[in-house]
Amino acid sequence: MSGSVTVHLTVNGVEHELEVEPRRLLVHALRDDLGLTGTHVGCDTSNCGACTVHLNGDAVKSCTILAVQAEGSAVTTIEGLGGEGNLHPLQEAFWNDHGLQCGYCTPGMIMASAALLAENAHPSEAEVRHALDGNLCRCTGYHNIVKAVLSAAEAGAGAPVAS
Amino acid sequence: MSATAEPHVGRPLRRKEDPRLITGRARYVDDISLPGTLWAAFVRSPEAHASIVSIDTSAATARPGIHAVLTGEDMADLAGPLPMAWAPPGVEVNNPPHWPLARGSVKHVGDPVAVVLGEDRYAVVDAAEDVIVAYEPLPVAIDPEQAIAGAPYVHPELGTNQVHSWTLAGGDLEAGFAAADVTIQRRVINHRIAGAPIEPRGVLADYRAGALTLHTSTQVPHFVRLFVALLLGLSEEKVRVIAPEVGGGFGAKLQVYGEEIVACWASRALGRPVKWIETRSENMSVTHQGRDQIATVRMGATRDGQITAYHVKILADLGAYNMLLTPLIPSLGAFVMGGCYKIGAVTTEITGVFTNKCPTDAIRGAGRPEATHMIEVMMDQMARELGIDRLDLRRRNFIPKEDFPAAVATGVIYDSGDYVASLDKLLEHVDVDAFRAEQAQLREQGIYRGIGFSTYTEICGLAPSRITGPAGVGVGAGLWESAMVRVHNTGAVTVYTGTSPHGQGLETAFAQIVADRLGVDPSVVEVIHGDTGTGPEGRGTYGSRSLANGGEAVAKATDKVVAKAAKIVAAELEAAPEDIEVSGGKFSVKGSPEKGMTLAEVAGIAYIGAVPEGMEPGLEETTFNDPENFVFPFGAHACIVDVDTATGKVNVVRYVAVDDCGNPVNPLLIAGQVHGGIAYGIGQALYEHVVYDDDGQLVTGSFVNYALPTAAELPNFELDHTITPSPSNSMGVKGVGEAGTIAATPAVTNAVIDALAPLGVDYINMPLTPMRVWRTIQEAQAR
Repeated sequence: MSGSVTVHLTVNGVEHELEVEPRRLLVHALRDDLGLTGTHVGCDTSNCGACTVHLNGDAVKSCTILAVQAEGSAVTTIEGLGGEGNLHPLQEAFWNDHGLQCGYCTPGMIMASAALLAENAHPSEAEVRHALDGNLCRCTGYHNIVKAVLSAAEAGAGAPVAS
Repeated sequence: MSATAEPHVGRPLRRKEDPRLITGRARYVDDISLPGTLWAAFVRSPEAHASIVSIDTSAATARPGIHAVLTGEDMADLAGPLPMAWAPPGVEVNNPPHWPLARGSVKHVGDPVAVVLGEDRYAVVDAAEDVIVAYEPLPVAIDPEQAIAGAPYVHPELGTNQVHSWTLAGGDLEAGFAAADVTIQRRVINHRIAGAPIEPRGVLADYRAGALTLHTSTQVPHFVRLFVALLLGLSEEKVRVIAPEVGGGFGAKLQVYGEEIVACWASRALGRPVKWIETRSENMSVTHQGRDQIATVRMGATRDGQITAYHVKILADLGAYNMLLTPLIPSLGAFVMGGCYKIGAVTTEITGVFTNKCPTDAIRGAGRPEATHMIEVMMDQMARELGIDRLDLRRRNFIPKEDFPAAVATGVIYDSGDYVASLDKLLEHVDVDAFRAEQAQLREQGIYRGIGFSTYTEICGLAPSRITGPAGVGVGAGLWESAMVRVHNTGAVTVYTGTSPHGQGLETAFAQIVADRLGVDPSVVEVIHGDTGTGPEGRGTYGSRSLANGGEAVAKATDKVVAKAAKIVAAELEAAPEDIEVSGGKFSVKGSPEKGMTLAEVAGIAYIGAVPEGMEPGLEETTFNDPENFVFPFGAHACIVDVDTATGKVNVVRYVAVDDCGNPVNPLLIAGQVHGGIAYGIGQALYEHVVYDDDGQLVTGSFVNYALPTAAELPNFELDHTITPSPSNSMGVKGVGEAGTIAATPAVTNAVIDALAPLGVDYINMPLTPMRVWRTIQEAQAR
């Protein structure tokens, strides 16, 4: 392919300089180059949202953005949201409320939910359902996902996400 | 280690699986990297049916970083084609060869023709576009009713498109219809849907030093191992198949896929690990699909509402090839074709037909959603015909509670049921009279609201080898299940199950079962699954079998451990083994809890070897469980919809489900399975439809045009349950993974018909898309 370009990304608070093909998708830079495999790919068309990450605080679908478009940006992935012993309230709520089954859509679902709560700390059920309509889940029927987001909001998850 | 006196079974424990999944630390196939891995990309047919004239791989091979381009010819040394594992006694099944890479011709869009192997994930896709394949298009068979009537043929050498013909008949059908005052007939369509797990398939094959390790996103690692070994000419123990974290299956990963065989073959040929990750477009065109039945359904009843005869003739569009269980799937519905009703004569005739489409096979429910849709829609149709309330008609025909275990006309024995109880429970939540008043009021405002019901039973816990196996239904392997329970020196426990969960939460449910029996906390019980290199031979996860069959195996293996532990404790405490009980986290003599031993103390004795004379050291037991009967979950669902008569759009307003899956192990997991199952059924009823055009081109090739329901389309689900233990296993449990899907489509369909009844609509087939609904309204109005 046509050579490579240098991309500077701050991912989960750590600065990286990557040499990538200009066509490299952000999701592959995160997964294959940085080893952050918590962000998943579920479709080719930005319908499923499994690849949702935060780019400068906004939820974006990282399979539909080139790594070069993220030059100079701050990216937060599921790994940066919280880990074991240090769970984000949304992660805790998804666990408590059985908001996941196979877990494949879960990181994207949690990142999309975090972006929602950052904008709207106490959404209604309808607002949650509308906000998550870009994230597909085939296991849960969304019932417990919606419940988890609402209970996380209750628990104060609406504080801005550190990136 | 702590243990409470309260049992863990029956409690809504949050899942042991979740910490890795919510933090992004789980490992799906694409998350696993091996040094030196080559990427694979497939060259796939754009034609629905064609001869392959030539394949020119030179340009692709010449590209930098490309190691090989393989075609079907290169893999000529395969021991055979892809497997079909159903041989029903006395039934001929046409089974033309289905090769991992096409040989001479392609039969549906997406059929693989070649595979490119190279260093880079993007570069192999570029190179695949440089493989020049010359096709000579052939006439296509797309419409199943035309295809069964004659040429053009999908496999011209057969001279027919018929795959097979299979009948299950019980009772005297002719006499049943003769006894009927009223006979109705409908054409019922269960359209084609995609399994659509959010994780597409993926494989990572690594052949080294005579042994092969295959990571694959599958529900059936042991079946995959068997056929990889057979096709590649390897001894089975030299093949290790690992299903790592699997991102949903829904039947679509109950399969032995060509890509698995190709990756293994290529890894052996090239001496490098080979990885392939399916794209969504590939998933929509080559991962097996489900349903796709056109049925002529006849039901006879007396004037007072006794169903006397039921006759279902199914034309099943099986697509271009038989895959692992393709032609069997419609038959699974035949065993519960009469639903939860006492009908003296039930006959199901199934004809399978080849078309130039992706093959069908098991998709969540597999035959049973189709059967349930038919009987439940027909019950409403008959009620209308007879002028009897549709719930009354159901009650008049329910198999009564006292009949269980109930031998039904379809030849199986329903294990347990109380259909009146589940319907009564449903009606505690749904006030039909109040609804009718509200409905009438809304109609005055131009809002068309309807209510639909579905009272269902299904057959699952796929097991009894004597029924499902070669001498019975004809599946080529007994469907028992295994478990091995190992107590460590520390008193922690590792359980190896032959099931292969992919979201069901079995690590948690099985830990609960083991914890109670051994007097430990579920946190110290680890459940290992999906790896042929660790535990005993297994059969995998499908057919709502994992708890009733695999969980029962875990319980039995644990009981063997308990029995041995009791002997050790009895010797230590100078008591009789039969007087030892597990209570308060200890093995103790009944009546003297203060003198007990913990599991860790027992394990210490077992491994030091200071066991009673004549006893082997160690504390580990294995069970192969083969139940005597299936399990038959049941329930009653109600759906309330609004139909926008101007646009035809259906909106689910309320969904209430009462399900009975026997004794609950973990209510949280049960609710999750029911929620997801209902969403799957609503998805089929209202949104999802795999569409091919007249040329065999796939119209729904991605999530842009295959409409999975989102959170915005679905309501919250209201759940309740009854508990009727199953006599088929010691725990009294039944499966629940498919129940919601099986029950939902007729509830939705009956609700839409109810909503539109004042407009003259009395029947409609799925999918209830706005266009279909709008047209149906227009046609009814024009009558």
